[in-house]
Amino acid sequence: MIQERNPKGDQAPKPHTALIRWSVTRREFVVTAGSVAGGMALGLSPFAVSSGAAQEPGTLSEAPPAIRPGAVPVALTINGKRHELSLDPRVTLLDLLRNDLDLTGTKKGCDHGQCGACTVLANGRRINSCLSLAAAHHGEEIITIEGLALAGRLHPMQEAFLEHDGMQCGYCTPGQICSAVAMLDEARAGESSFVTADIGAPGAAELTPAEIRERMSGNICRCGAYPGIIAAVESVWQGSRANHEGRA
Amino acid sequence: MNPFGYERTEQAETALRAIAEYSGAKFLAGGTNLIDLMKNGVEKPPMLIDINHLPLRAIEDLPGGGLRIGALARNSDTASHPLVRTNYPLLARAILSGASPQLRNMATNGGNLLQRTRCYYFMDTGFPACNKRTPGSGCGAIGGVNRIHAIFGASGACIATHPSDMCVALAALDATIRVRSAQGERTIAIDEFHRLPGDTPSIDTTLRPDELVLSIDMPRSPYSAHSHYLKVRDRASYEFALVSVAAALEFEGGDGGGRIRSARIALGGVAHKPWRAKDAEQALIGNPLDESSIQRAAQAAVVGAKPQRDNAFKVTLVQRCVARALATAGGLA
Repeated sequence: MIQERNPKGDQAPKPHTALIRWSVTRREFVVTAGSVAGGMALGLSPFAVSSGAAQEPGTLSEAPPAIRPGAVPVALTINGKRHELSLDPRVTLLDLLRNDLDLTGTKKGCDHGQCGACTVLANGRRINSCLSLAAAHHGEEIITIEGLALAGRLHPMQEAFLEHDGMQCGYCTPGQICSAVAMLDEARAGESSFVTADIGAPGAAELTPAEIRERMSGNICRCGAYPGIIAAVESVWQGSRANHEGRA
Repeated sequence: MNPFGYERTEQAETALRAIAEYSGAKFLAGGTNLIDLMKNGVEKPPMLIDINHLPLRAIEDLPGGGLRIGALARNSDTASHPLVRTNYPLLARAILSGASPQLRNMATNGGNLLQRTRCYYFMDTGFPACNKRTPGSGCGAIGGVNRIHAIFGASGACIATHPSDMCVALAALDATIRVRSAQGERTIAIDEFHRLPGDTPSIDTTLRPDELVLSIDMPRSPYSAHSHYLKVRDRASYEFALVSVAAALEFEGGDGGGRIRSARIALGGVAHKPWRAKDAEQALIGNPLDESSIQRAAQAAVVGAKPQRDNAFKVTLVQRCVARALATAGGLA
């Protein structure tokens, strides 16, 4: 059920529109669509300014500042696989995942940071991939819904959503699950929420249903499957605490 | 989205040189507001300078008391920082009331200061009239649907509100904004940072286009024991304020039963900037916090309010919110 596709039907893989496939000025390489999935060493130095090959990191191009809309080198790891890309700077992380890397589990809902369907983990933190330029994630590690299952076994949160029927149409579900996974990490780290009575109190949070609702409010479910979603999240939280206490 | 150039740097000097060189360029931090506005066609910068890798994320004690929070510290990291939670719970609560966890993980403190109004007429280029978006084009909200708009400090050119929660708390905490350009550093008091619309509503702040926000500095706060951020909105979460109140009280002898030595009341959702209710603060000083002083403060908070057709309810709502926020801050509620 989780692997069911977008009800509108995801189309066949689209051409890699976002990738610049012509030679890039002052960089001696040509990116071809076919080479993208396999990765391609560009010799990027992390966080170096994107223009000019023969300059010190952290300096701008030596030439007068003509504005050059063009390709930006981006290296990032997605679900454990390193990608070295050359991207139009307008490409969002969401569109990179869906249109160019065929990782269509991450959904485009509102495309304006209002619904949470596009939630992925960047360096372990949940973010809206629709409001993120891919280029701004250079050097980061991204986990999408496709990367949560390990060695053919669903992530406990995926199992819990099945167990507690935390969905109807399923369109918001990948975002809900990614969000919930990160949310439990935040709670374990002791982060407060707006409904936490004593914001100053240290230690792991107490995840009441009210806390779960507030902490999951960045993910909208238009089918209204919230009771199942909250039950799923609560069950994983209780289970992980039981495991933790069992080990202690 | 319009085509744009993109540069990434680790050094403030490089970013400042770039912003000075490229006309119309903008800094890209969390992008949660800027990218959205670019998708809408409201913002069309020809160049983005990605400053996410500048070393401006620290949250640290200031010598002599007070706290410095880096411009690029994420909203979530700021709200969960032990020094913020313990010494400035008002700020932590205000930040946590805004947006969603995902957005707070992306949004930076500097970007929060600079976020733009969510006035429908500004956000949607389908509306031709917006003096903030297109100077001289008029104001669609005046005479239009203006339920969410300002009741204080508006002008005949613009009645938009500032959308931030964080900034309302900063106004109550007497923050200063430390900024730098190629010419050097300066500090701007939070009350001077955001401006009223006047005849030039396209300019939100006194930050110059070539300046970079470095940090938000807060003095040592006497309010950590008695403060409250109250936010009233159309949904229970993930929504902008119709009215919000940052209330902070300092009592003589330090305990909530004594007379009020100093008070801070700032309002959100009601003006083009975080709105300090100084008359309301004055109404409290020297008095114990009780029904009488709370009501005087609540009434003082709305003197001079000028509602529009659809938002007269905010005048009543502000009074009730001020009363409840004060009672909660003082331990009466």
